[in-house]
This record gives sequence, structure tokens and C-alpha cells, in this order.
Amino acid sequence: MTPTEFMTDPKKLPGWNRPPHVEPDGEGELLEVAMGPHHPSTHGVFRMDVALDGERVIRLKPVFGYLHRNHEKIAEGSSYLASMPFTDRLDYMCPLTNNWAYAIAVEKLTGQEVPERAQYLRVILGELTRVVNHASAIGFLIQEMGASGTPLMYAFKAREKVLDLFEALTGARMMVNYMRFGGCRVDATPAWLADARKVLDGLPQFADEFENLLRGNEILMARTQGVGILRPELAVNAGVTGPMLRASGVNYDIRKVDSYSIYDRFKFRVPLGEHFDVYDRFMIRLLEMRESFGILDQALKDIPGGPVMDPKAKIRGFRPKPGEAYGRIEAPKGELGFYLISDGTPNPYRYRIRPPSLINLTVLEDMCLGANVADVVLIFGSVDIVLGEVDR
Amino acid sequence: MKTVEEIKAAIEKAVPGAGVEIIPNPSVSGQHSLRLNPQTAIAVATFLRDDADLSLDFLSNATGVDWPDKEVAEKVKVTRTVTKTVDGVETTAQETVEETVKRVVPGCLEAVYHLFSVAKKHGPVILRIKTVNRSDQVNLPSFTPIWRSAEFQEREIFDLFGIVFTGHPDLRRLLMWDEFEDHPMRRDYVEPDDFEYEPTAHDEVLKRAEAQRAKMQGASA
Repeated sequence: MTPTEFMTDPKKLPGWNRPPHVEPDGEGELLEVAMGPHHPSTHGVFRMDVALDGERVIRLKPVFGYLHRNHEKIAEGSSYLASMPFTDRLDYMCPLTNNWAYAIAVEKLTGQEVPERAQYLRVILGELTRVVNHASAIGFLIQEMGASGTPLMYAFKAREKVLDLFEALTGARMMVNYMRFGGCRVDATPAWLADARKVLDGLPQFADEFENLLRGNEILMARTQGVGILRPELAVNAGVTGPMLRASGVNYDIRKVDSYSIYDRFKFRVPLGEHFDVYDRFMIRLLEMRESFGILDQALKDIPGGPVMDPKAKIRGFRPKPGEAYGRIEAPKGELGFYLISDGTPNPYRYRIRPPSLINLTVLEDMCLGANVADVVLIFGSVDIVLGEVDR
Repeated sequence: MKTVEEIKAAIEKAVPGAGVEIIPNPSVSGQHSLRLNPQTAIAVATFLRDDADLSLDFLSNATGVDWPDKEVAEKVKVTRTVTKTVDGVETTAQETVEETVKRVVPGCLEAVYHLFSVAKKHGPVILRIKTVNRSDQVNLPSFTPIWRSAEFQEREIFDLFGIVFTGHPDLRRLLMWDEFEDHPMRRDYVEPDDFEYEPTAHDEVLKRAEAQRAKMQGASA
């Protein structure tokens, strides 16, 4: 019985006191290996305690906390606005979507309205972030497969152009601190929008090149197809979200489900996987990038004039009414949510981040059991995590 | 999507004596929550997942909230019999005085769960469960056997808040190291002065060096 057969229907399991799904062959001792925390493929500092029978993985336990700085506690001691720059440091590959999720949660708590132009700017920046994140996620995945450098540098070439756009608008490449409750910090100039259009016009060509370079590569197919299978039933039950979930064939995209912000105005498709393996997760990201180009094209065409922030809006030192709110968005890595409880003071009483990176790792062991140890790195890379968000 | 009242009615029909309570949310978000009784929480959660109408198959967010003991000052009207001496004659009279009484509302730890439905694409339904107190009775049933996504999140709550989830298959600290003793997300947590301190292999050597230094200073003085 393979691990994935065992895991197909969670309701049939006798509880989750997981018996070892994979039995070692014959006798002899298991080899215990600590992969990490300084392994170059661990995207930061992350450790997996792996038990091996020869090359086969018998047990795998992720170990967290190397980057833990208790962001939630710090945020409870500071005002709502003071946490905004800190959200950039969660998933530092996509700071703008972190800003956006936090802004949405606070707007739900206070009921602030966001002007049209700010909504469009948010969508443009969010989708640019998605393109950047997916391109570099693929680059890192291929890097971990052994293709050292070249594909990653292709991805970073496109990323650099987008980061230049971020820098021109917000003043920083990564630590942007751009969104505010009820709008955005600064307006985009017509020149910036023209630049964004120019970058966008170049992106499909980049995607074509990137896809031609990788998609049909024999080694990539041999290494990734049929590896790290994640059944849809388990994916839903384990709270997996984002491209991981859609690569498991589950049609759940929060941009469509909640149609938060103004996503109901854009036409885009949700690509779904059929084989649930690492190759599907790689292809889903490529396809989602292309859908993002479509959204960007529509948004840059339709962006209206007007303010990006209500001039009377109070962004500093406000006191929301006692109550609570949970706001979530479809971040490039999955569902990013912020849960806030207000007790009527200028600081949140409870500030909680729902990190997609951490929760997507719940199924890491299930995907890796029975696989070769060389594939563990690949399966781990296909989850696409950033440790700044996992450990918070 | 059903309202909280309808969900409550459905739960009470399916699980008799569930003891579900609606916690209204005065904020504009309008996300009201349901407080479950720890005894029936597992049955209710299983019903919420498997019910055809609700099918809340996706537990998105699980988190803890700390509510410390709160001292409440209340003004209470007290009526007493007072003895008064007027012109050498003792009389008793009823007198009503307003007094401030301080009362301690016992605190608790709370686990909050946000549920969504992937099949029906609705949500959130918010569940809350309270512990009895914050010190010794901090057990709550684990939802990990029902929704796997609670596995790491409940470990995080155990680590940072100190709620013990019974029925969790692997309840260890998630973010802090195993030897750590306190729960940092509690409101009354005090940072130690040397929070960077971790036991190292050199501890014994350092201790001996310290003793040696004290001995030398004692000899010279």
C-alpha cells in the first residue's frame, strides 16, 4: 500500500495517530539525517528530521522556529499602522500582497471604503507580485533539481524589472510599506503607468522563453512527473491553499470565491492540475502567471482617475469599535489571512496571521514518505515557502 | 450561506444538548461566532464537516486568544440598618448607600477556528471554545482528527498560549525550543532578562571558571 493510497479518504482513517505508512525493507537500522537548517535549498533556515531506509524516506518531521521573532506579540504592543511595515517582512518575496491582506482585515474591522483608483493599483501591484513570486518559485525549484543558476537567473531578470517598478512607486524594492487602511500611500504617475505597461508587454515573451526552456526538458520531466503526489481529498482536509491546492485539481481561488476588492470585474481562468504531482505544481505556476498578464492588461487599461486615499480618512491612532474581523486574500503562496480583535484601544487586542507557507507544509511528510531522499528537496521546493512567514 | 442562527438550529437538531451559544460581533465586519461546549465540540465539528448543506470541509485558521483575569469595579446600592442617636434617643433607620465593589472576573484561554467550505464555496463560520481557567484546567478537544490543517496550528497554540489539546497526535512545541517553559503569547508573559540564553555544552566549563574566579578573588582579598 503506497502512502497516497492510504491517505485517500481521511474519514476512513482510524484517527491521525499516524502509523508509519512505509515499512522499512528487511532488517537493519534506519539512518536518521537532519536536513538543514543550513542546507542551501531550505529557503532560509528550516530543518527536516528524516529517517531513511537506504534511499527511501520512512519518516519526516519538519522543525520550525529558527526565524521566530513573535511578530504577533510585537503587533499587539503597537498601533495598527505600526504593523504595516512589519508585514513586508513576513513573506519577503511578496510584500505587497501582505500589505494588502492586512489592509483588507483592518478595513473589515473599521468599515473604511477604498477609492476606485486605489483598488486598481492594488490589483496591479498584487498581480505583479504574483508574477514575480511564481517566476522565482519555479527558478528555485529548478535550482534545487540541480540546474544551477541559469533558470533562476532567467526568472530574476524578469523579477528585477518588476522590482524596479516597485522601487519607482514605493521607494523600496522589497520593504515597500505601501498600502494604507482605505487606500494607498502615494499615487502612481502617468509615467509610472506607462512604464508598467512597457514591463507588462515584455512579460509574455519572458514567459514563452522560460516555458520553452523548461517545459519539455527530459530531465525535468523524469524527476518531477509522478513525484510528490497530493490527493485532492487530503489537500482540502489539510488546509492546503494556493497553487498547491489547484495543482491537486481543486477549483478554489479566493479571487473568484470571495471576489474581494474588484476581482469580479476581470476575466481570468483558474488553471487546475490533473496528475497532482510536482510537475503539475510547476506548470500551474506558469499558467497562473499568464492569467495574471491578462488581469494586468485589463487593469492598466481601465484604471480610473481620482484619489488613492480619502483625504479625511484617519490612518493614524484610530480606535476601531470593539469587535473582530478576519480578512483574507489569495496571496501568491495561498490563503493569507489576518484575524484581528479590537478592544477599542489604538492597539489590536489580538493580531493573528494565517500563514499559507506554514499550513501548506502540513502535508510535506505525506508527500515525501516512500520517496527517494533526493526527491525530498524537490517536493519541498514545489510547496514554495518563505521562512519569514512560516516562523513569523 | 446560512446565518449563525440557522447553523445553531441545525447543530442542535443533529447533536441534542450541544449547548451552542451565539457570540455577537458588534464590529462592522458582522462575523458572528458560535461558542461550543468542550464536551460536545467533537460531535458538533464532525457534523459541520459532514453535513451536506454546510460541508465545512476546510479549516482555514485556528488560533488562541488569552483573556486574563479582569478586575471589574461595579457600583452597587447597599441598604443597611443604621443606628442613630437623635436627641439622646436611639433610633434605627434604613439607609441606602452606593458602594463600589471590586469583583474579579476569572480569565480563560480561548481557541478560535475559522471554517470555510471548498465544496460549496462559502464561509466563514467561526467556532470558539473556552477553557475553564488559565492555570490548571486548560484542556480542549483537538480538531486535528477532523481537519488535518489544525495539526501545526494547534501545536502553535499549545506552544504560545498553553492550551493542551487532548487527542492531538503529536503535541509538541512548534516555534519555541523544547526546553522553553513559558507561553509567550499570554498577556502576562514577562520576557526574561537573558532571553538569548540557551543551554550549551560549555555551561559546565563556564561554571567551573566562575567558581575558580571567585576562589582567586577570595584568596587575594
